Amino acid sequence: MESILTINNLTKRFGPITAVDDLSFTIEKGNVYGILGPNGSGKSTTLGIVLNVVNKTSGNFHWFDGKGTTHEALKKVGAIIERPNFYPYMTAVQNLELVCKIKEVDASKVEEKLETVGLLERKNSKFSTFSLGMKQRLAIASALLNDPEILILDEPTNGLDPQGIHQIREIIKRIASEGTTILLASHLLDEVEKVCTHVVILRKGKSLYVGSVDSMNASHGFFTLQAADMVALQATLEGNSDFGLLKREGELLIAYLNAPMDSAELNRFLFEKGIVVSHLVKRKESLEEQFLELTKHQN
Amino acid sequence: MLRLLNIELQKLRYNRAARVISIVYFVLITFIALIASIEFNFGSFNFRVADQGIFNFPFIWHFNSYMGALLKIFLAIVIVSMMSNEYSYRTLKQNLIDGLSKKEFVISKFLTVLLFAVISTIFLFIVSFILGMSFSDYKEIGIIFSDFEYILAYFIKLVAFFSFCLFLGVLVKRSAFALGFLIIWYIIEKIIYGVLEWRLFRDSDVADTVMQFFPLEAMSNLIIEPFSRLGAVQSAASQLGDAFTKSYDVSPIAIAIALAWTFLFIYWSFLILKRRDL
Repeated sequence: MESILTINNLTKRFGPITAVDDLSFTIEKGNVYGILGPNGSGKSTTLGIVLNVVNKTSGNFHWFDGKGTTHEALKKVGAIIERPNFYPYMTAVQNLELVCKIKEVDASKVEEKLETVGLLERKNSKFSTFSLGMKQRLAIASALLNDPEILILDEPTNGLDPQGIHQIREIIKRIASEGTTILLASHLLDEVEKVCTHVVILRKGKSLYVGSVDSMNASHGFFTLQAADMVALQATLEGNSDFGLLKREGELLIAYLNAPMDSAELNRFLFEKGIVVSHLVKRKESLEEQFLELTKHQN
Repeated sequence: MLRLLNIELQKLRYNRAARVISIVYFVLITFIALIASIEFNFGSFNFRVADQGIFNFPFIWHFNSYMGALLKIFLAIVIVSMMSNEYSYRTLKQNLIDGLSKKEFVISKFLTVLLFAVISTIFLFIVSFILGMSFSDYKEIGIIFSDFEYILAYFIKLVAFFSFCLFLGVLVKRSAFALGFLIIWYIIEKIIYGVLEWRLFRDSDVADTVMQFFPLEAMSNLIIEPFSRLGAVQSAASQLGDAFTKSYDVSPIAIAIALAWTFLFIYWSFLILKRRDL
């Protein structure tokens, strides 16, 4: 697969603090990546290094095939870091035209991209008059001007109201569906879960996991069950080798699977054993649970 | 090159404060012409500045480039703020992320500095030429275009000074502090000069020899003050028995020192940006 960004043994120290510690991973074309990690885990520093604004201490990285300089490569990248940065005295259109000049692309796409993020009717308003949500959407429009190979978003919904968060998420989903590679840094797990296919998990500057969301945890999921006779239910499941850990949680029984099994199969199995369930739900661990699990192991 | 200049001009064009100060600056240059209309009346004694020969070719090149250079502080404000704004709006970071290299960023600022200096020089030339043609006692081609090195010195003086301002903007990040630093630096140079001249090396020219290597002193050495060269002042001085014997020429050493500082300021600006995590 074509790789977009390769990072090898990247390290960054700020005085005594190691913000990024011997980090290596590869971003491949066509996937939507989430970089996960608690605050201070080195997400923004890593992005800062590959985006040419923070100097690395050691290690290396290269964009695309590694030919050409970083700043040339960045012309094919769209990126937003932290909060949107524009010239407050310029209008939306003037700001985007400036970005076009820097990226050496034609200014003809300005209106089209403003349309994409729903700012066309405010195109001649000064940036300083925009709300935070509008500023963030303008930043996305600006990152899209060069039809980038990869879109990098660092905490794109930080500080936005629910409506703003929803709008940004819709825009990201639409862009992802068009096949653009996306790298989304966030500490909001449900945000990543909703849009990402792959994750990079960082903790204290080290990567804990790089890969697809699905294979992040090898588990087959779990059932939550309820029946009139809970004791018989538990005894039956204990006798089935497909089930591992069983746990009572209030009125419900949580049964973890050792082998794949769908709900219909379990329902038939229990019915044959004379147990009628009143509640049967199959679930996979949420990204949050998986994330906590992964970070817990490292302690 | 043109792309980089274009990027910078777009940032300045829509900035109202920068626009207003630049316009004021150029209007003030034309106001040098107003000196012509200054008149004093001490009872029966009538004194008219324009009659003192300040607008005679070739002296006018010297006089106007000196007066014009005093106004450079206005453009210094524009240049310092065009740099420090990039920090406060955090657009420096965004420019780099968008694919401008740090080197390109510094070059785009330096090109703007050069452009400001070129326009100022052309403007000063036109104003001086028109004033000279109106008031000069001598209008022969040979005389008009003699002493032209003052125009060159004016250009170099502006480039060096604006590069200094740019460097301070990069270093200090805040426009008010950068301008304050400029003033403090000026005072420091004067204090060092005072200590050398009046304390350590009395009755020798060691102080002048050392001081010519300081940036602001080097810039001011490019164009020596023209007032003591005026006929009226000269004759007054000789009556008091203290004739001026100093040279008013533009010295090649001063030009070399100013150019060296210009290079250092731009190079240091680049180094600071390169080393800094933004």
